[in-house]
Amino acid sequence: MADKYGNFNGADAGAPAFLAAAAGGADFLWFPSPARDYVEQGIDLNDYCIRHPAATYLVQAAGDSMINAGIYPGDLLVVDRSLEASHGRIVIACVNGEMTCKRLELHPEVRLVAENSHYAPLVPGEGTSLEIFGVVTSVVRRLVP
Amino acid sequence: MNLLFALVDCNNFYVSCERLFRPDLAGRPIVVLSNNDGCVVSRSAEAKALGVPMGAPWFRVKAQFERAGGVAFSSNYALYADISARVMSVLEQLAPRVEVYSIDEAFADLSGIQAPAALGAHVRATVQRWTGITVGVGVAPSKTLAKLANYAAKRWPATGGVVDLTCPQRRQRLLQRVPVDEVWGIGLRLARRLRGLGIHTAGQLAQANAKVMRRHFSVVMERTICELNGESCLALHQLPEPKRQIISSRSFGGRVSEWQPLREAVSQYAGRAAEKLREQKQYCRLVRVAVRTSPFAMNEPFYGNSAMAELPLPTDDSRELVQAACHCLLHIWRPGLVYQKAAVMLTDFWPPGSFQPGLFEVHESKPRSRALMQVMDRINRSGKGRVFLAAEGTRQGWQMKRAFLSPAYTTRIGDLPRVY
Repeated sequence: MADKYGNFNGADAGAPAFLAAAAGGADFLWFPSPARDYVEQGIDLNDYCIRHPAATYLVQAAGDSMINAGIYPGDLLVVDRSLEASHGRIVIACVNGEMTCKRLELHPEVRLVAENSHYAPLVPGEGTSLEIFGVVTSVVRRLVP
Repeated sequence: MNLLFALVDCNNFYVSCERLFRPDLAGRPIVVLSNNDGCVVSRSAEAKALGVPMGAPWFRVKAQFERAGGVAFSSNYALYADISARVMSVLEQLAPRVEVYSIDEAFADLSGIQAPAALGAHVRATVQRWTGITVGVGVAPSKTLAKLANYAAKRWPATGGVVDLTCPQRRQRLLQRVPVDEVWGIGLRLARRLRGLGIHTAGQLAQANAKVMRRHFSVVMERTICELNGESCLALHQLPEPKRQIISSRSFGGRVSEWQPLREAVSQYAGRAAEKLREQKQYCRLVRVAVRTSPFAMNEPFYGNSAMAELPLPTDDSRELVQAACHCLLHIWRPGLVYQKAAVMLTDFWPPGSFQPGLFEVHESKPRSRALMQVMDRINRSGKGRVFLAAEGTRQGWQMKRAFLSPAYTTRIGDLPRVY
């Protein structure tokens, strides 16, 4: 953190501000602006949408089966693999080799529920392979391309 | 405190990356091919079971592999690099000191950890869950043993993918079972020599007299023997020796016979090599260029040749290096042949400022070279665009063949996997 004179605490504390100009490149850091203490970083949507970057993949929604959950075709879905796929969460599941976005229900029985009355819930029976890829945490939609 | 290392290694890494977004390929044989779709460089368990050898030329195995329902992919380095970075980042969150050893392997320093096998299992489960990639974990008091432990973790599924060799009895049992050529640093040729001395297993090598073996082989062999006995000689982050050469070489996609595209390709390889040279903060004085035709072409004569140019002063300027490379090429290019591969090698390295020029030689070969190269490198590293010398050509019809390239699932918006 910089103090009100624009000096950084720590090793350089107390160094006269004009010396820093000679170092070049970082002069602005030392300019004693009255706004210094109030500067914040810009808002980063990555920070807002992505909690675990290493575990987060993006996919693109392609169908209309989740429209009532606010997921439209073409939306980008932020998928976090580190989160538990618990009851009620929207997940990306691999069903018989196809990736699909549905709401997961674990009780009274395991099933994948669409948020669109035109689609019946999928109950994995015998001969169905079901694997959870990750939990959908955010939807990103651009209104102006 | 006793040293303890873990080697974490991704299983069939390239194939696993290709599978991540293709659940429909579960259970099918998959291979990934090298640059230019040349050879098999990664195989799924199913492909291994079909008997596809590692490094097999694709044209030899293609027909049979595809008949068996196999799927081939061209190397998709954008994807592999992204997934690799994720795996390494998870490792760094779980183990305090990590040394990335290659795109799919990393050593971690576990010294002082109470239950290393449990940590190994935790690392394996977490990497699997977070990234979708399965890793094997080998734990041991030296890097060479950690490598062997990892080999065992992959080879015997009953281990659950984690093998801990801190217990000396366990170590002995494994060493006796492992052939000597599986030991880190023992290549095929060394293994043959060792077998001549009656050393067939890693256990026999561990029992050999290190000092005597050093005289017969090298200090590296002595170090390997000590490491096999649990005495660590290779610390984490040991500085690699400075590189002595940079090679930029690749096969062409189509076959190239005209002078112009060949010169463009060689110029580009020289440009790439120059970029690497500047990254390493070195200057070089020797440029060597090689070209060859296909050794597999039936009705065409084989031609391969190389030429070398020595520059008056060591340089890191792309323009001088590209010019020297083209000069070399002019000497070895023969019209009427179909070239399949070209290579540019830079060597004879000089740290900046260490070269003593002759009294009458020009000291600064090109004024403002440094500034220009810095600007070029900065633009090319920014990811916002790429600048190159016009000599490299703008159409680049000789580019690689990548017939089975998968989408850049994780690095390009238009390539994101689609879900229904």
